[in-house]
Formats: sequence, C-alpha cells, structure tokens
Amino acid sequence: MSRSAVGQEFVKFFVSLRVTVVLLVLSMVLVFWATLAQVKLGVWGVQEHFFRTFFVLAKIPGTEIPVPVFPGGYFLGGLLLINLVAAHLYRFKFAWGKTGVQLTHFGLILLLVGELLTSLLQEEYQLRLDQDQARNYSESFRDNEVAIIDTTDPDFDNVVAIPESMIARGTEVQHPQLPFRVIPRFYLPNAALGRKAAEAGRDFGIPELANQGLGPQIAVVPQPITYKDTERNLPMAYVELVGAEGSIGTWLVSPMLVAPQTFDYGGRSWRITFRFERTYKPFSLELLELRHDVYPGTEIPKNFSSRVRIQTPDGSSDREALIYMNNPLRYDGLTFYQYQMDSANGFSVLQVVRNPSWPIPYVACALMGLGLTIQFGIHLFAFARRRTRAATA
Amino acid sequence: MKRFIPFLVLVLALGYLASTWTSGRSAADSTTEFDLDGFARLPVLANGRIKPMDTVARSSLLIMQGRQGLTTPDGESLTPPAWLLDVFYRPERADTYQQFEVVHPGVLALLKLEPEDGDGKKRFSYEQLLPHLEEIDRQSSLAENVEAPARDAFQRAVLNTRVHVVLYQQLKHSLVFPDGSDFLGNLQLLNDRLPEAFAAVRARQAGEPHDEMLARTVLEAGQAFIRMEQIGNLLTIPPLDPAAADNDWDKTGQALLESFQAGAVNPYALAYAGLGRAWRDQNPEHFNTIVRLLTAQLETRFSEQLDKVGVETRFNVAAPFYSSMTLYVLAFLLAIFSWLRWPDVLGRSAFYLVTLAWVATTVGIAIRMWLEGRPPVTNLYSSALFVGWGAVGLCLVLELIFRNAIGTVAGAAVGFCTLLIAHHLSLGGDTLEMMRAVLDSNFWLATHVVVITIGYSATYLAGFLAIIYVVRGVFTKSLDKVTADALGRMVYGIVCFATLFSLVGTILGGIWADQSWGRFWGWDPKENGALIIVIWNAVILHARWGGLARTRGIMALAIFGNVVTSWSWFGTNMLGVGLHSYGFMDAAFYWLVAFAVSQLVFIAIAYVPARLWRSPLLTKSRTT
Repeated sequence: MSRSAVGQEFVKFFVSLRVTVVLLVLSMVLVFWATLAQVKLGVWGVQEHFFRTFFVLAKIPGTEIPVPVFPGGYFLGGLLLINLVAAHLYRFKFAWGKTGVQLTHFGLILLLVGELLTSLLQEEYQLRLDQDQARNYSESFRDNEVAIIDTTDPDFDNVVAIPESMIARGTEVQHPQLPFRVIPRFYLPNAALGRKAAEAGRDFGIPELANQGLGPQIAVVPQPITYKDTERNLPMAYVELVGAEGSIGTWLVSPMLVAPQTFDYGGRSWRITFRFERTYKPFSLELLELRHDVYPGTEIPKNFSSRVRIQTPDGSSDREALIYMNNPLRYDGLTFYQYQMDSANGFSVLQVVRNPSWPIPYVACALMGLGLTIQFGIHLFAFARRRTRAATA
Repeated sequence: MKRFIPFLVLVLALGYLASTWTSGRSAADSTTEFDLDGFARLPVLANGRIKPMDTVARSSLLIMQGRQGLTTPDGESLTPPAWLLDVFYRPERADTYQQFEVVHPGVLALLKLEPEDGDGKKRFSYEQLLPHLEEIDRQSSLAENVEAPARDAFQRAVLNTRVHVVLYQQLKHSLVFPDGSDFLGNLQLLNDRLPEAFAAVRARQAGEPHDEMLARTVLEAGQAFIRMEQIGNLLTIPPLDPAAADNDWDKTGQALLESFQAGAVNPYALAYAGLGRAWRDQNPEHFNTIVRLLTAQLETRFSEQLDKVGVETRFNVAAPFYSSMTLYVLAFLLAIFSWLRWPDVLGRSAFYLVTLAWVATTVGIAIRMWLEGRPPVTNLYSSALFVGWGAVGLCLVLELIFRNAIGTVAGAAVGFCTLLIAHHLSLGGDTLEMMRAVLDSNFWLATHVVVITIGYSATYLAGFLAIIYVVRGVFTKSLDKVTADALGRMVYGIVCFATLFSLVGTILGGIWADQSWGRFWGWDPKENGALIIVIWNAVILHARWGGLARTRGIMALAIFGNVVTSWSWFGTNMLGVGLHSYGFMDAAFYWLVAFAVSQLVFIAIAYVPARLWRSPLLTKSRTT
C-alpha cells in the first residue's frame, strides 16, 4: 500500500459515518454511566472523572493503580468534533438540499466548541451577603487560599494571598510585600479540627508542628475528599514564616478556624488565615432585603429574592436590583444568580459567574433548530409531492 | 347499511362522552335529599391553592387507598364528598370504614392484622389500626433516620402508613373537634356569652364564685381549638377582612382561637359547625340551606374562585381521562380487527373513536391549564398526559396520510398506556400542584418543557410503530410490501420529528439553566437523560444514512428508543439526585425494568431469522 493510499484510508476512517455512529453510541454509554455514578460521586465528581478527562480511570481491584477503562468526555468529544469537521470539509459541496444538514452540524460544532470554552473560561464564585451588609468580593465554591494580611493601617488592609495549589505543592513563597518567607510544611486537602483535649488518645499520624497561634491546642482529623454538591473540602496546613533572623513560628491554618490569628513582626501587625479564595470586585453589593415566600398553608417555596444595592467607590454606579429565581442580575461581565437563602439567619448566597462564551449556545441552538427544520421540511415536502403524484397517477 | 356503522359508533361514543359531563338533577332545593354536589363545590385552600372539597376528598382517598370509591361496612357505597362529610362530622362512623391500604406483610404483622381482616384483603379501618398506632410511630421514627434512597420496602411501607393515618387525622380536625360533643352548641354559647364566659374563667382562677359550666366550656373549647389548630391542615376559613389578601385563609382552629380576641365566633366556622349538626342529624333541609347560604356568602368576594372550583368539580366527576381510556381500548380492538375483516368499516370506526378520545383528553388538558394558569406540563403526571396527547396527535396525522389503521392502533395503544401511567402517578395526591420557585416560569415551561415532552412522544411513537412492524411481520402474514414500506417511512419520519424536538427541547433546557442557575449544561441526571435521547435519535438517523442499518435494523433501534426514553422520563427521577428530581418514585422502578426487558424481547424477536418470519422479510428493501 502506497503512502497516499494509507493517507486515503486514514481520511476515510475519520470521515466515515460508521465512526460517527460508534462515537455516538460510546458517548451515550458514557453519559449513562456517569449519570448512575452521580449517586455516589456527586455532580462535580462525575464531571472530573467522566467528562473533563480523556479517559475514565478505574483502580485495579485491591490496588491503588488506576487504569483507563473507557474513553472520557474530552476524548469522545474531541473525536466527534474531528469526525464532524473532517467529514464536512471532505464532502462539502454546496447544494440547497444540504443546507439543513450543514447548518445543523455547524451549530453542533459551535455548541461543542462553546462547551469547551466554557469549561476553560468560566469562573464561578459564591457571594454570601448578610442582611444590610455590603461586600466587594466573592468567594470560590471549591478553591481556598492562604492570606497574610498587614493590618497595621486602620484604614486599609494589605493582603498577600497564596493559592491552595502552591500550599499543596509545598512551594516556598517570597513576596516583596512580606518581610518574611512563607514555607508550607504540611498540607491536607480535607480535615476536621477538634480540641486536643477531646481527641486525646487518638492518633491520626498527623505531625504536630504548630508552635504559634491556636495550633498547639488543636487536633487534626484527616477526612476523605468529598465530591458532594452539598459539602466542600476544608483543607488544613502548617505554615512556617521565616524572617531574616530565622523562624518566626509555625501556624496551623484552616478555613475551619474562624477566630483570627494575629502576630506582630517588624514593627507591623499581621493576620494569617486559610480562607475561601476571594475575588475582589470594583464595586460592592449590599443586601437590602431578602424574601422567602411559600405558598399559603404549605412549605413549598414560591419565591426567593434578594434586593441588592450596587455601588462603585467612584460613585459612577449606585442602583438597586432585584435578583430572584430565573431573573439574574448581569453587571460588569458578571451574572449574579439567587443560589441559597436562609431567611431565619438573614443571609442570602448569590452565585456569581463570569462566562465570556455564554452567547454561543444561544447561537448554536438557533442554527441547529433552523437546520433541522429545513432538513425535515425538505423531506416532508418531497414526501407530500410523491404522494400527490401517486394519488393522481 | 355498512356505511353507516362508523357514524353510529361515532354518535354512540359522543353520547357516552356527553353523559359524563351532564350532572344529575340538582338537590339544592330538595328537602329530602342532601345537596352533596353543593357541598363538593365549597372551596378550601390546600397545598397552596383554592380547590373544591371534592378534590380534597378524591385525592385523600387516592392517597390512602388508591381508588376513589368506598363501601361502608353496612354495604352502602359512598361518593367521595359523602365520605369526606363522614370524616369531618361523623368520625365514629368513618373510623369503621376500611380505607387504609396496607399490603406489606411486615407492617401487617406490626398491626397484628391478617390480609383476611381487610376489605379486598388489603384495606383496613382506622379502628383496626388504632391499637398499634404507637408501634407504627416508633417504627416510622426509626425509618426516618435512614436516608430516603436507602430505605427498604418495609421502612417505606411503614412511613406510608403513618402518612395516611396523619392525613386522616388532619381531615378529622378540619371543621369541628372530632370527639362527638355538641360543637355547634358550644360555639353558640361562646358567641352569645363570651364576656361572661371570660369573667367566669377569671373568677375561677382567682378562686371566687363563678358559673362553673360556663368556665369549663371556655377552657375545654380553647383546648379543642388548639388541638384543631395543631393537627388540622386544611385552610377552610376565608379572610373576613376586606384588606387581607385573597389567599390569606385560616384553619378553623386558628380562626376560632382568634374569636376570643374578636369577641365573636367566626361566622364561617359557625356555618361549618352548623353543617356538621345537620349532617349528624341527617337533616337534608338544614344541610341544603346552610350550603346555599355559605355559597352565597362566599360568592360576594370569591365569585371568580368559585367559578374555577365549580369547573374543577365538574371535571373531577366527568373524569375525561378515564372515559378516553375506555374509548382507546375499544378503538384498539376495532383497529386490530380491521386488519383481518372489513378494513374500511372497522378502520374508520376505530379512527373516529381515537379522534374522539383525543379530543376528550385535549379538553381535559385545556381545563387543567385554565385551572392552573400554566402551560400543559408542570409535573410528572401532566407530562404523562401530554406525552400521550402528542403521540396520539401524531398518530392521527399518520392515519390521515396512510389510511392503513396503523396510526389508529399505535395511537390507541400509546394513548391508553400513557393514561394508565398517569393514573398511577395520580395516586400521589392532588395533581394540580404549585410550582416550586425554581420552576416558576411560564415562558420556559411553555417552550422547553413542552418541546421536550413532544420529543418523548415522538420517540415512543417511533418505537411503537417499530413494534407493530416486528409483530405483524413475525407472527402474521399481513405485513405485505406496501405496509412494510409505509411503516418504514412512518418510523423514519417520526424519528426525524423526534430528533428535531428532543434536540431543540434539550438546548432550550440548557438556555433555561443558563438563565436560572448560571450554567448552560451541568450534567444533571435529567439533562443527561434528554441528551441520551438526542444522541440515540442521531444514531438511528446516521445509521440509516450511512447504510449501516436497513429496515429491520432501524426498527430494532427504534424499539430501543423506548427504553432510552423511559430511562430519561422516569429512570433519572429515581436516582434521587440533581436539581430536577421532583418526582421520586420507587415502586415504579420494577415496572421500568419490566418495560425495558419487554422491549429487549421485541428486539430479539426482530432478529428472528428471516425464514421464520410469517410475512416475507424484505431484507434487501431499503426505504427512502
């Protein structure tokens, strides 16, 4: 077989409908399997294990060794995309009768690309607002950061935030705004904290490195990583700060520790904390009123809404907005959705999303709907004409 | 003569339908007969909406015993409103009615009952349950500690039994205190002498001389009102204050407790207590007068709601979906026979019947939409109605085009099955539910939900047409070339239609999700289910275009579409996860599995070697 013939075979393989059908069936199996797995893994776990991956991995029974057992979402989606694009490039011929199919597939390509972009570009945060409180930052749903805050000036704080991933890798951090180095000594992705006295006699094999702050009184209990939608991982770390004259001390930090851990160094006041990763906004939101209405005589929620006030420090924006189910607020490239509500404790949680590719599915939908309508309309028309011919014949 | 048979069938069926909608003679002015219809139309606020007593009675009976009819131990058969009146006002009789369905042997053992003790070997009276209610309570508390999806059959059954008993007790405490005392007499006494009565209570507490009878009446009445307020759950008392919102109703107990402050007993509570006296005395004249006055009073403020409540009562009695089921069965039989004999006469008769049944379901769905002020699909029950409606509508179109009774047979079968499914889904209670905040968007309910449900209809229809192809081909000689070609075209056309609707519906769902949750696609089970349907329809089309499957293969693929659709429609709800899981059911799981297996059997039959087909299998034929 000559080289070009091999090339021909290769192209034929990628443009064949047989490949399309096989890929479609495989993706159906993948989606079905992932749906079942959701009972155990939760929707985030499923996305990680089945869709945002090239292969679905399973551990060999009795070991911790993962082996690929099934093609994952990126793999199947990617092949389908190649198949689709290749087939259309290879066979493209303009004909009015084909516009329907072509539009449909172009819409599909757009949809797949849009989803890829979304999975790469979309940022999601939550914004918890207490009644009558203004906030100018949102917090991540899953990510955390170690923040070291210079609180010397009563008017503003100076914050250096270190992402959890760097803490996890143990990366040493030297920052121009800090007169000391930050050295992560130990890290757990999910841990519960207890009082040492209460946990006495139980050994979880966790080193006790803390010699500053609250750490020395606290026992660390490792927890399995959770993928559930309703829970989040609460990491812990031992972080050592080392100044020019040597170690300042080692702190235990965790989002579970709400009480501030403060210290003085170099003539300035500092606070160290492991907190939900924050994104600061060039504006603030204040929760003016929250409502949780139920239908009379029932517990069925009728309406959740948050009335908020948006303000920018420069005074260019100052307005009120009502956010409720199916009616998000779009502002500054962000979309704010009503997410959770606790009217008894007077707080409302908004979901904040930045997704620059959000219009793509709308366009894709229009193209595909139009394409299919044209395509099947052509079939229907031809069929009707044949029947009238048969009837008159 | 034969030509007139279809018209005769049509006229008879029309007469049958009309008879379900005409109410009997009104007893409103009678002095010897109770105006039960008038009582059935009295409004109450329950589950968030104003509805007739009739609906309360029917849905309670359905929840407790899975059917609306009831026979007393004396052999008298009760209509739902008459049953409700006994529960409200003659609880000592209602306690003896065998109205609680208990079938789980473990629960029966707790109750120390044998199936033979019950009506129809499964229905028991409150009196029979009463001695062991504490044990039911204890077992329920144990079961509640287990997360819902992990509960076993016994735990689910014991919890169900408790829910039914609680529902019954709630009903009993709706209008009067159910201890058989003279409730009306006490209310009248309070109404006439409230200041005196309060003085007597204060004097009694201070240890001074007082009217002991009056003081005791107040204290006991207060206790009774508190119990009614705590236990009852129907909001029976409309707002008196003209400034109050129209849906600001109270429980009777609540309204009576407020009487103490108001200085006068709530007139509606008084009227309902009077109604109770009339029913206990079995005095139709008084009963009818009170119903008339009560209705007239409500009319002054709630005339619009009373119109709806009246229509709903009429709708309940007419039960158009049940009459449609009857018509579908008849049509199915006629259409099947039309393949053997008199194709023209029987085929046309069957077509008329299916059309009529479809019109009846259309009217039923339209009335539900008007009552709710919503698009047709709002919950699992209404989706079953609508899937059937859409599929039968497509069948009628097919029949008009092909005129070979295939559309009629498929329509009758799908129509009947979906209404049967709907009937089973209605056992959960009132099917006109309020929409949770997240689903409360008529625009998206009207677009995404309707479109995707039509997608379900079409996918099912393709599957059923394929089954007709396989069964006729393998088991009969009736699948000639013309019929086979026609079926091939029908399945292909319907699959195209299904692809269009399920794809557009799925993407619209994504856009709704983007609007309300901030993400287009979240891999939620219901979304995945919809996606699987789209992919499967795409597989069928591409397999056909690529020549990978010929007629028989396409038929097998289309039958598997039934399994895929059922998974998406029901299976995903059974997982109990995700934002869409609003309709968790468990007993239905076994039916789902059984259905899936039956479809696999049809696929296996489709692959019976060609020589065993009784009709010549045209393996070389490809329909275009």
